[in-house]
This record gives sequence, structure tokens and C-alpha cells, in this order.
Amino acid sequence: MKNKLIPFLFLFFAACSSGVTDKKHESPQYDGAPVYGDAFITAIASDASFLNPILASDTPSGAVNAMLFNGLLKYDENLNIACDLAESFEVSQDGLVITFRLKRNVKWHDGKPFTAKDVKFTYDILVDTNTKTPYSSSFMLVKELEIVDDYTVKAHYEQPFAPNLESWGMSIIAEHVFRGTNFNDAPANRKPVGTGPYKFESWQTDQKIVLKANPDYFEGKPYLSKYIIRIVPDSSVQFLELRNESLDSVDLTPDQWNAYDSFFKSYDKYRQATFSFTFLGFNRLRKPFDNKDFMKAVELAINKKDIIDGVLLGTGIEINGIYPPQSWAYKEIPKSEYDPKKALDILKSIGFLDIDNDGYLEYNGKPFDFTITTNQGNKQRELSAEIIQQHLKKIGINVNIRIIEFSTFINQYIAKREFDAVIIGWSTTLDPDQYSLWHSGQTAPRQYNFLSYNNPKIDKLLEQARTTFDMGKRKKMYHEIQDIMYEDPPCIFLYFPDSLSALHKRFRDVKDFPIGVGYNFIEWWTPRAEVKYSFQE
Amino acid sequence: MFNYLIKRLIYSIPILLGITIITFAVMYCTPGKPTDMIADFNIKVTSEAKERLVRLYGLDKPIHEQYWNWLKRIVALDFGNSFKDGRPASQKIIERLPATVLLNVLSIFLMLIVAIPIGVYSAVQRYSLLDRILTVMVFVCFSVPAFWIALLLMIVVGLWFGWLPISGLVSFNFENLSFFAKMWDLAKHLILPLVVSTLGSFAVLSRYIRSGMLDALRQDYIKTAYAKGLSKKQVIFNHSLKNALLPLITIIGLSIPGLIGGSFIIETVFSYPGMGRLGYDAIMARDYPVIMGIGVISAFLTLLGNIIADVLYSAADPRIRYK
Repeated sequence: MKNKLIPFLFLFFAACSSGVTDKKHESPQYDGAPVYGDAFITAIASDASFLNPILASDTPSGAVNAMLFNGLLKYDENLNIACDLAESFEVSQDGLVITFRLKRNVKWHDGKPFTAKDVKFTYDILVDTNTKTPYSSSFMLVKELEIVDDYTVKAHYEQPFAPNLESWGMSIIAEHVFRGTNFNDAPANRKPVGTGPYKFESWQTDQKIVLKANPDYFEGKPYLSKYIIRIVPDSSVQFLELRNESLDSVDLTPDQWNAYDSFFKSYDKYRQATFSFTFLGFNRLRKPFDNKDFMKAVELAINKKDIIDGVLLGTGIEINGIYPPQSWAYKEIPKSEYDPKKALDILKSIGFLDIDNDGYLEYNGKPFDFTITTNQGNKQRELSAEIIQQHLKKIGINVNIRIIEFSTFINQYIAKREFDAVIIGWSTTLDPDQYSLWHSGQTAPRQYNFLSYNNPKIDKLLEQARTTFDMGKRKKMYHEIQDIMYEDPPCIFLYFPDSLSALHKRFRDVKDFPIGVGYNFIEWWTPRAEVKYSFQE
Repeated sequence: MFNYLIKRLIYSIPILLGITIITFAVMYCTPGKPTDMIADFNIKVTSEAKERLVRLYGLDKPIHEQYWNWLKRIVALDFGNSFKDGRPASQKIIERLPATVLLNVLSIFLMLIVAIPIGVYSAVQRYSLLDRILTVMVFVCFSVPAFWIALLLMIVVGLWFGWLPISGLVSFNFENLSFFAKMWDLAKHLILPLVVSTLGSFAVLSRYIRSGMLDALRQDYIKTAYAKGLSKKQVIFNHSLKNALLPLITIIGLSIPGLIGGSFIIETVFSYPGMGRLGYDAIMARDYPVIMGIGVISAFLTLLGNIIADVLYSAADPRIRYK
């Protein structure tokens, strides 16, 4: 139940999951032609903040905004960059100019046409220093956004920067809606006007948000008439509502996933690998954690399978690197072995020895222990820490565990480098650029290389890869990064958790794409006989 | 009496001010900033973007200046805008009030209806079998965690029997219902939260009443009353219960701020849109304007509750007089 209250690490694209599925039931596709009607009711754990994609930074808002707005680009079902509001796009040879040709048949929810002016307005707002947006960074790199004509825009950059393409997945907002209002607290932040498949209908704070199908959507009107998001903070209660069939889709925790089959009579379960990993990281500013061999030994002493089976009940994958298999940058890296004996030998070779025969190793003749710190509220991390503690005890390393409230953890421990080891996770973008996580220049107190990882070869490759647009060349660089990291790992990768969900069986044409199950949501429909909710159109 | 009231009200002002200073200070001593949740550990957010947010929220100014700005606005009853969604904090609080007050008033009512008879009975029939059973029951209710009993009730009454909805304040088709259907819908949704929120609290109250009654029953005036030939009913209800109600006044006075306070656990479990969740979420997100807004209102109501309790004392007990 606490799972839902966790301060989460960030997901930029709401639907960045993919891959492995455990689907037990394929929707029958022989029910005749799709019909309009019915509603889809889902739940989020906390209320949205802004139904304005520029200002919203929380996952719940992101999930709602994804139904209301579109970006110029998006990721397609196979995780390739594709056009959304753009008809086509083109990156100049030198990577300095991206030209977007816009779709001409797109209308805002209020009927006004979508044009290049809206793109320009969105950009202007993003770079305006008075806008309370966390997303300005990528757009500050744009030197100029030029309107060529009503349906063509050009983004000029100072330097070529490959992840920029992904940044144009940013939702575009309507100029005519915000012009002349104070953007940060405009009324439209609670009554959004977008271009997306669903239109805003109502929002009752902390109760529900109701959206209705947009008949003029440029990819066609969605079959399901309403999209209702209920706010149900407690995940056990969400599960009860699911058993009661009053919710159509719910995210599951690993133990809910493994619950009795009878609970899921009317539901299909979906399981997808995510772009996020949990790791055990050491503070390289302290000894002996700066020693590669020490980390190697610790890794050999931890049985990662125990963690995945014990903590995730098997709903995760073990990967020894920074990318999940569905990423185009992924390269298969040998899994780490579990060999406590070898671990002990390595430790002995770098100065660990049990001098007083108390069962614990001494380091350079002095008693040795270290503390794993992690944030409160994330049961999986707490349990992982306990399992690691047990495993390391077997080879004679004494581990303490400290659980700290998230904000305190970040401010007092991470930012001040006041830790020996941490268990934490990253949710990454689909673009493989992880410059900010591993580059040795990103170690200021508030920056993200808080483990102080420093490998000049990695630095160089990270710099090169983010300025290369050629996919083939970029891929090679990221493969090389993974090879180097195998030899000199920045941390001990524990697991990539799967995202787990259940979906009601009455929906047809539900397809399980690498990017996630909701990708073709507008094509989902319910046969007349199974319609659960009816509305007067 | 009137002068006394005026004096109490004037004394309340520095206390209120002190409370706001302490709240403000504690809030700032708590590690973390409102921008943490937005910007920290988000790969897409650079440190420049973070600084921009800090500046726009006015968090770069020294703490005394921030407090002074806040105080200046509060005099004009402006609680500032929430950092989370940019809406006025006062509006967010007011929006939660009806649902919260509704649940709490009903809950206090239910608590009194249940607790007084149990307390009186337990005192009058002390050590009888039923008294013992009630005592055990009351302690069980007091000891079981609210969220556990809530989930259990949801499974039994909501899921197995399907008598009541599991969570929420109203059904999702509420707007389309007729007036009476709306009332019925609301009532159905209220039953479980009401039962759960009352279970824990009536235990304490019934024990207070029991011991108050026991005290009163031992007094000489009870003997006098019996000697005068009054019936047992008259003695219990007119003579001893009235005297046993004094602690009740304190409890009710103290529960006035609780009226708008709400319970985080019950609200979370039942997906109930109340103040408890608003306050908890605000604290976790370091949403200063909302935290301060709730703080000021609760402090004000606590002080008010104390004053009202004092006034009621003198009404209930002729021995207490204020000058």
C-alpha cells in the first residue's frame, strides 16, 4: 500500500515501458466492426497538479495530459521517433537545424486550427524565465525558432545535440488560449484545451477527472466515449476496486500480480519492462569504496536472483548495465556471477582480514563496516538492503541500514555526499543519453553523478554520442560505453523492475506493443453486449 | 464575563502569532524545498532550471523576509498560492471543508450517541458481565488500526456482499441522479468512513464518562438525592450524568479544530477528499502556503475551541465563574 506514496523518480514520457509480456489471454478479434460507446475508468494515486504539460511535473498530471495533448514528435509502438503533430521532420547535415512540417488537419479542442504560431508560442513560454517549468533546459539550447510559414518551423541550434529530437515530444499548447493571461496561473491550467484524442470535461479535486472523446481527432475519433480517472490514493483499495470491477485498469504491485487467479476473472494482466533500474551505489570520495576491486567483491557476494525473487517476486529482470533490452542502445552484457568465495579472495587481496576471528573482516587492521542508506516509503529498496546485508554478512562484511525520508535523503545525504552506499533508482528517458548521470563534470552538489564516477573514456564517449545524429554511429558509442562500464562499473546494478497492470477483458483490439499496452488506446472498443457504462451523446 | 471574553481574545493574538512563527521556522528547518519534488532526480531538469524555479517561488530570499511577506499578505487574508498547482491556498482549503466537516460532525454525533449510553451503563452496572464485555469491546475498537478495519469492512461489506461502495465520496454518475438518489448515494458512501472514524474515538470518550459517572455516584449529593426519594433514573440522569459531562466539554472543545482537521489514514483508505490528505500531501511536497494556511486555521480554531470550552464550563458548573 505504501508503494503509491513513494516519492518517485521521474518518468519523462508517461508510456516509456516495453517488452516482455505475460499476457494470458488474447482478446478475440472476431466481434465484428468496432462500435462507439462505453467508458474507460482508471485510477491514479494522487490528484493531478496542472493540466498544462508545460507546468506539470508529476506522473498523474502527465498521464492525463498525454490524453489531451500532442507533441510534434512521439515514440512509435516500436520505440522509434515518429511524427505526431508534425507531418515530417528533417535534421540538417550538420545537426544544427531541425525542420518540422506540421499536419494541416489538426484542430484544437475549441475548433481553432493548429499552426506554427502555437509551436512558436510553446517555445517562447518554455524559455521565458518567468515560467514555472522544469523543462526549460532542452529548449534553452535552441538559438532561434523560426516560423517559415503557417505549417513549417525551423529550430536552429548552436551545437548539434542528438537528444534534442526527443525534446520535441514536449506537448504543444494553444497560443490563443494563453495569450494575454498570466501563464503560471491561467484558468486553462485547470480547463485544458489541447489537440489530443480526448477533450476535457470536468475535474473534481481529489475525486476524479473526466475526459470525453474528441470527434475531430486527427487520427480519428476514439471508440471509447469517456476516459475517467479516479483518484484512489491507496493501492490496496485500488486493488479492491479492481476485484469489484469498478476500475478498468490498475497498476499492480508484485504481490498483487501474484494474487489468486480468481481475482482476475475479468481482467488480463500485462507485464512490461521499464526504462528504470535500481542500483547499489558507492561513494567514491570515501575509502575503500573508490577501489574497483572492493566493488567487484561486493557484487560477487550478492546473489541478485535472491533480490529479484524476494523483493519483486520475480517481476523484474537482471541486467548488468544502464539500458533495458528494448532500448536501441542495449548491448547484451554478461550477468554478474555469484561467488562469495572469490569475493572473499579479492577482499583479502586488498587488505581485508579477519584478525580477531569474530566472523567479521577488518580493513587494514581496523574494524570495518559500512552503511547503506535509502529512502523511506520504498519497500523494495528497503528489502533489497536487507537481503544485501544478509549476503555480505556471509563473507564477513558488517552492513548497517539507514532509511531516511526522501527529501532529507536527497538534501542531507545525497547532495552533501554524506553516505557510504545508497540504494536508489533512475527512470531514464528513452533516448540513451545519460551524460548527466555518469559524466565526471556532473558532480556539483545538486547534479546527478553523486557517486562521483570518473572514467575519462566514458566522459569522451558520452560527449561524442550526444552530438552525433547518425544512429549507427551513436549505437556503436553506447555499446562501447556498456563494454567499458562492464570493466569499470559505476555501481552495482540490482534490477530493472517490470511495470505490472491489469486491464478489463471487455475491451477489444488491445495490442501489446513494445512501448506499452495503451499505445493504440483510441482503437479500443467494447462490443454492444458488454458495454458497462452508457451515456447520452 | 464579556470582559473576560474580550481579554481572552486579545491574549490569543500573540499566541497565534507565536504559533505561525514556530510553524514557519519548523517548516524551514525541515530539509528539502518545494522544488525538490518537481526538479530533483529528474534527469531532464538541469541545475539552471532548478534555480529558476527556486527564484520564481521566492525561496531565494532570507527566511525573515519570506515570513514578513507571508505575514503582510495574511493580514489581508491572502494565504498565497499553492506551489503544487498554483491555486490560492485558501481556495484549496475551502474546497475541502464541506466534505471534511460533514464527516466529522456526523462522526462526533455518532460518537456521542454511542459513547454516552455505554459509559453510563458501565458505571451504573459496574463489574457486571455486560460492563466487562463492553470494556473489552471498547478497548478492542480502540486498539485495532483504522486502516485494517477499514480494508476488512471494504472486503466484507463492499466486495463480498456488495451492499456499500468501496471508496470515494460519490458515484461517478452522481451528476445525473435525482436529488434523493444523490442523498442516498452520498449516504452509502459515508457509512464506512463514518463507522471507521468513530470506532477509535468513542472508546476514549466512553471511558471518560464511565469514570466521571463513578466519581459523581460516590458524592454525598447522590445520597441526598436518594434520601429525598428520587428514582434511580432521576438520580443517574439529572444528578450524576450532568456532573460527569464536564470532561466531555473539554473533549468537545478540543475536537473543534478536529472538525476541519480530518484524518489522513481514513481519507486515504476511502479516497475521501478531505483536509487530512490535503495537509499530508502539502507537508510531503513542502507546499509552504498550504501548510501555513492549514496551520493558521487549526491554531485559530484550537484557541477558539478552548475559549468556548471555558465558557461552557461556567454554564455547566455553577462553581466556575470568570471575572
